Amino acid sequence: MDKIVCTCGNVNPAGTLLCESCGRPLNKETADKKLVDMRYEGSARRSQTYNKTIIDKVWNFFSSVKVGVWLIVLILVAASIGTILPQVFYVPATTEEDIAAYYERIYGTFGTLYYKLGLSDLYSSWWFQGLIGMLGISLIIASLDRVIPLYKSLKKQKTKRHFSFLKRQRIYGIGNIENGEESISKAEEKLKTMRYNVKREGNALLAERGRFSRWGPYINHLGLILFLFGVMLRALPGFYVDETMWLREGETLYIPKTDGYFLESKEFIYETYSKEESEEVFGDAIDRVGTIAKNYQTNVVLHKGPEGAVAGHLEDLTFEKEAAIQVNKPLKFDNFSVFQMDFRLDELASMTFQLQDKETAESFGEFTINLADPKPVYELSDDAKVEILDYYADFTGFEDGVPQSQSPLPNNPAFLVKMYTPEFPKGETSFVMIKETLEPLGENQHKLAFQSVETRDVSGLTVRKDLTLPILMLGGLIFMIGVAQGSYWNHRRIWIQQLEDGQVVVAAHTNKNWLSIKRDMDAVSEVANLPKYEDQQDEDSKAEKEEGV
Amino acid sequence: MAQSKKKRFYIRTAILAVLTIAIVFTIYSNVTKEKNAVLRVGDKAPDFALVDLEGNEHRLSDYKGEGVFLNFWGTWCKPCATEMPAMDNQYHVYKDQGVQTLAINIGESQLKVNSFKNSHGLTFPIAIDQNKSVMQSYNIAPLPTTFLINPEGRIEKIIKGEMTEQDIADFMEQIKPS
Repeated sequence: MDKIVCTCGNVNPAGTLLCESCGRPLNKETADKKLVDMRYEGSARRSQTYNKTIIDKVWNFFSSVKVGVWLIVLILVAASIGTILPQVFYVPATTEEDIAAYYERIYGTFGTLYYKLGLSDLYSSWWFQGLIGMLGISLIIASLDRVIPLYKSLKKQKTKRHFSFLKRQRIYGIGNIENGEESISKAEEKLKTMRYNVKREGNALLAERGRFSRWGPYINHLGLILFLFGVMLRALPGFYVDETMWLREGETLYIPKTDGYFLESKEFIYETYSKEESEEVFGDAIDRVGTIAKNYQTNVVLHKGPEGAVAGHLEDLTFEKEAAIQVNKPLKFDNFSVFQMDFRLDELASMTFQLQDKETAESFGEFTINLADPKPVYELSDDAKVEILDYYADFTGFEDGVPQSQSPLPNNPAFLVKMYTPEFPKGETSFVMIKETLEPLGENQHKLAFQSVETRDVSGLTVRKDLTLPILMLGGLIFMIGVAQGSYWNHRRIWIQQLEDGQVVVAAHTNKNWLSIKRDMDAVSEVANLPKYEDQQDEDSKAEKEEGV
Repeated sequence: MAQSKKKRFYIRTAILAVLTIAIVFTIYSNVTKEKNAVLRVGDKAPDFALVDLEGNEHRLSDYKGEGVFLNFWGTWCKPCATEMPAMDNQYHVYKDQGVQTLAINIGESQLKVNSFKNSHGLTFPIAIDQNKSVMQSYNIAPLPTTFLINPEGRIEKIIKGEMTEQDIADFMEQIKPS
C-alpha cells in the first residue's frame, strides 16, 4: 500500500482518513460525511491497513476492540460460572477420588458434572488462564496500534486547517465579520486567560487544552498490563507462597518454603465472650447460638536453623522471636507472614494408665504414654514394668488378625502391651484400646486401668509470601491515574480562521463535555466579534425528528 | 517501502513471540504447580541429613557417585507396607553395585517405626523426618513417593504410588553408576 499525499503536500501513512497536517478528508467516504469521526483524529490505525502475512492477521485480530470486548465478556461469564459451586481449593478433601465423591455427595448430579467438566478448578485451568493471557495481548496490541498514530497526528497537527476539515466539526460557524484579524487577536487574548494553549499562524488560530487526557485510556491499560504482569510473576518460584501447616502444641515443625525457619507452638488459645462481659453487644446472640468467639491465638516461637544447614536436623536451632499469632495479626519475618486460619481442639496428647490386679485392684504404679512418642518400656518399680510392643494411633480394627491404623493421628489409640509383675515375670500380653481390652493369649490376671488423658490443640496456620503485591499496587495506582486523567480532564480544541474570501470560520471539538466547550466559545464571543456557531449534531437530530414527524 | 514492511513484520513477530512465550510459560507452570510443585525431573535433589534407626547419619551429598533410591513412607500407608519387602530384596541385590536405598518415614514415633521394621523384617536404612523438613523440601503429597537420584545427584524420576518388585529392580538398574 502506498502513502497518501495530501493536496497540502503532507505525506500520510496508508489508511489515513484525515490529513495529519491540514485535516482534509482523504477518501470519498469521509468526504461524503457531514461530520468527521475524530476518535483517532482520522489517523491510520495500522491494523486496519496491512493484512498480508499470518503475523499481520494475528496482530489485527488482537488489535480489534470488538475482540477485546468479547474476551472480557467470555472471562466474565467463565469467572461467574466458577462461583456457582465452591472451588476444589475450599473442598475438605485431598485426593482426586475424595474430591469427586464430595461434589457428588453434596451437590448431586450437577456437582459430578461440574467436577468432570473441570469447572471445580476453573481459575487454574489452562483455558481460563489462556483467556486472561489473550486479554493481556489484546490490551497491549490494541493500545500500541492506537496510541502511536494518535500521538503522531496530534503532534503533527497544523494551526491552519483546511476548510473541509473545519466545516465537518460538530461545532461550527461561518460569517462575514468586520475587522476579522482584530477579532481573532482578541479571541487569542481571551483564550490565553482561559488557560488554553494558543498557537497563531497569520490569520489562523488553534487553541488547545487538556491534550493529556487523550492518553488516559492508554495509561489505564498500562496499569492493567502491569497488574497482569504481577499476577504472572506469581508463577515464578520465590515470588509467591501460599501454604498451610498444622502445628500441635509443643511441636516444632519446619515452615514450608522458608529458608530454614522452624515454628514451635507453645499454646493455642480459644476464647469466647462471657455473658457478663458483653451482655449489651452479644447477649442476644449468645442466647441464640451459645458461644461467640472472642479470640483465636497461637503463641509461637520462631527458630532458625544454622546457616547452610540441610533439611533434617532439629538441633542447633537459634531462637529468633516469640510471638502471638491472632486472626489478622500474623507473625512476620523475611517477607513471610504466618496467619491464624484454623484450629482443632483437644486432640489426644497423652494417656495415663495404672497397672493393677483385676481382682484386688492392687496398683503396681501409674505411667503416662506420650502419644507422639511412646517409650518401649515403662518401669513402674523394681519388679513391675510395662512394655509397649506396638502402637496403633488411629485403630480401625483387625485384618487377618493384624491390627490396622488408618492414619498417624491419635484419633483412636490402641496398644499391644506386655505387663511384667512379680507373679508373671515372663509377662502377660494385652491389647489396650479406649474403653476396651483384649487378651489375645488367654486370660490375664492384671490389666492396664485407664486413668486420664491429656489433650492438646492444633493450630491451622497459613504461610504466605507475596512479592508481587507492590507491583499489583503500582499497577492499580497507574490504572486509577489513567481513569482520572481520561475522566476529569477533556481535550478541547477551538479553531478560528479567516478564509481568503474574508469570511471567518469558528470550529471546536472536545472528546467529552460539549456543554463546557460551548461555554468557552460563548465567553470568547463576548469579547471578540465572532460568527455564531451551531451544534451540527443537534441540528441533525432536530432535522431527523422533523422528518420523522 | 519494502524495508519498512520487513521491519513491521519483525517487530510484530517479536512482540507476539515474547507475549506468547510469557503466557505459555505462566500457564504451564500454573497447571503443573499442584502436581509436583518446585521439584522436577532433572533438578538437583535437595540435600538433607537424617539419622537412621541404627544411629548412622545419612547425608545425601555423601552419596555422590552412587545412585540413591529415596522412598517416603508411613506405617499407616498400605501400599507402602506392600512394596517394602520387595524394596528390601532389591536393596540386597543393588547395595554392592552402588545403589543406596533410604526410606524416610514422615514424622512417626520411633517405637512405631521400629515395630514396623521388625515385623516386616526390613534391613535397609530407615530414618524418621521428625520436623517434616525433608518432606517439605521434596514436596511430598501422596505416600508412598519415591525419588530416583542418579550418581550426579540429580532427580532421575519421581514415582507416586506403589511399585512392583520388577519396577523397583528396573529403577535401581536405571540409577546404577556406570
